[in-house]
Amino acid sequence: MSAVSFLAIDPLLEGDFLWTPLLIVLVKVLVVFVVGLVATMLMVWFERKAIAGMQNRVGPNKAGPFGLLQTLADGIKLFFKEDLLPERADKFVFRLAPYLSFVPAFLAFAIIPLGGDFRDGNGGLVTWFGQTTRVQLADPPVGVLFALAISSIAVYGIMLAGWSSGSKYPLLGSVRASAQMVSYEASLGLSLAAVILVCGTLSTSGIVNAQSSLGSWNLVATGVVPFLIFLVSATAELNRPPFDLVEAEQELVGGFNTEYSSIRFALFFLAEFMNTITMSALIVTLFFGGPQPITIGGTSLDIPLVPNGLEGTVWLLLKVLVFLYIYVWFRGTLPRFRYDQLMDLGWKFLIPASLGWFMLLAGQRLADDREWDQWIVMPLSLAVITLAFAMMQLAFRASDRNREAEGVQF
Amino acid sequence: MVAQNIAFGIVAAVMVWGALRVVTVNNVVHAALWLVLVLAGAAAQYVILAAEFVAITQVLVYIGAVMVLFLFGTMLTRARIGAERELNNKSWWLGVPSSVLLLGVITLALVSGFGDEELPKDAAVVSTQEISDLIFGPYLLPFWALSFVLLVAVIGAIVLARKD
Repeated sequence: MSAVSFLAIDPLLEGDFLWTPLLIVLVKVLVVFVVGLVATMLMVWFERKAIAGMQNRVGPNKAGPFGLLQTLADGIKLFFKEDLLPERADKFVFRLAPYLSFVPAFLAFAIIPLGGDFRDGNGGLVTWFGQTTRVQLADPPVGVLFALAISSIAVYGIMLAGWSSGSKYPLLGSVRASAQMVSYEASLGLSLAAVILVCGTLSTSGIVNAQSSLGSWNLVATGVVPFLIFLVSATAELNRPPFDLVEAEQELVGGFNTEYSSIRFALFFLAEFMNTITMSALIVTLFFGGPQPITIGGTSLDIPLVPNGLEGTVWLLLKVLVFLYIYVWFRGTLPRFRYDQLMDLGWKFLIPASLGWFMLLAGQRLADDREWDQWIVMPLSLAVITLAFAMMQLAFRASDRNREAEGVQF
Repeated sequence: MVAQNIAFGIVAAVMVWGALRVVTVNNVVHAALWLVLVLAGAAAQYVILAAEFVAITQVLVYIGAVMVLFLFGTMLTRARIGAERELNNKSWWLGVPSSVLLLGVITLALVSGFGDEELPKDAAVVSTQEISDLIFGPYLLPFWALSFVLLVAVIGAIVLARKD
C-alpha cells in the first residue's frame, strides 16, 4: 500500500479497505464539486450586484428573486449558442485549452479545509458514520505546494488559448497573461514561505491548526507584510482588476478568449470566478485561521444555533465572503495598471520585499533557537535589509540613467 | 507491489510515446506540449514511488516554470500554427548515438550503484522535512554548487540582454 500511504494523513484512509470510507470520499468529491459550481454561480451574481451598487445601477433583477438566477440563465444561453472554431485555429489545442484552465480551478479547491472542529486541540477531525475524518477533500503533506503547482499549471489554459486561436489580439493577451502570472508566482511563493516558516508545516490542516487564537493567526504571526504581498500577488495571479491587462478591452478586443464562444467561453469564465473563490479561501486558510473561530484570550466566540460540527464551515464562509467583497471592491474602485508599472511592482518591489521579510523572520527564529539577544539581532537584520534595499535602488537608478542616455522613452 | 508495477508500466509507456512525439512532431508548440506530457509522467512516477514532495517540485519547476517560459519564448518569436517544414536540421541523426550513449551511462550507473537491491516492501514515505534535512545537511555543498550554476546562468542572461 505504499503508493497511497501518503494519503493516510486523513485517518479515514488508514486501515483496511471498507465501503463506508469509499462512500464518504465519493460524497466529499461530489459535495466539493457541487459547492464549487454553486458558489461560482452565486459569486458571479454577487459581483454584478455589488458592482452595480457601487455604480448607482440596479444590476441583475429579473431572473428569480433579486436576480439570483441570472447566472443560470446566462449559462443556459451559452450552452445553446453556436460553437465557433476559427478557421486558422489549431483545432486540438483550441479545444483543450478551456479544460486546462477549468480543471485546475477545481483541483485547487480540494486541499482547502472547509470546516471541522479545530477547538481544544481537536485538529479539525470530525466523526461521520463511525469514521473519523477531516472536512476537506484531500490533505496531502505537501498541501500548499500543491496549490502553487496547480496555479502554475493554470497558466497553460490561458497561454494555449491565446496561441491556438490563430489571431493577433488573443496571442498578445495570452503573452501578457503568461508573463504576468509567471512573474507574480514568485512573490506568491515567497510570501507563502513565510507562513510555512512560522507554522512549520506544509499541510493546510496543519497550518489551520497552528492558528488557534487571534494572536497566532498568521496575519499577526508573520507580521502583516507577507499577507499584503500575498493579496496583491494573488490578485495579479487571478488576472483580476487592477491587474486585468490580460483582457484590457480597450487594447486587446477581449484578450486571450476573443475567439472563444459558447460553452468553451463559459468554461473560461467559470474558471476565473472559481479561481477567485479558491484564492480567497486560500488566503483565509493561510492567514486568517480558516475554519477556526475568533478566539481572544482563551474564549472563542460561539455562533448561536449552529451545531459545533458545522460552526467551522460558517466561520470559513464568513471570512471568505469578506475577501470576495474585497475583490469586487478592487474591481469597482481601482484603475488598471500600465504594463511597465505591473512588471516594476512585481519584480522590483514585491519579490525583493517578500524575500527580505522572509530573511527577517528566519533570522528572528534562528536568534530564538540560539537564545541570542533579539534586541541586537533585529536592528542588525533591519540595517542589513535597508542597506540591501538602498543598493538595489541605486542599481535601478543607474539602469534608468543608462536607458535615458540611450534615448529609450517610457 | 503489483498495482505499482502496472501503473509504472502504463506511465512509462505514455512517457516513451510522448518522448518519441517530441522529436517527430513538426510544430514547435506541439513538441513542447508533448514534452510537458513526458515531464508530467516523470512526476507521476515519483508519486508511485511515494516521493510526493519530489513529484510536486517536478510539476512546480519543470511544468510550471521551465516549460511555461519555453512556450512563452516560442510564442513571442516563432508561434506559427500548422506544420513547419524546416524544423529538422541536417544533423538530427547525431541525437541517436548521443541518446544511446546517455542510456548506456545511466544504466551503468544504476546497475553498478544498486546492483540487485530491491525497494523495501512497504516503503516509508519520505517527509519533506527529511528531504530538507538531507539537502541542507550532507548535500549542502552540491546544493550550493548547483545554485552557482543558476547564478552564472542569470548573469549570462544579463550580459546577453545588456545593450551597452
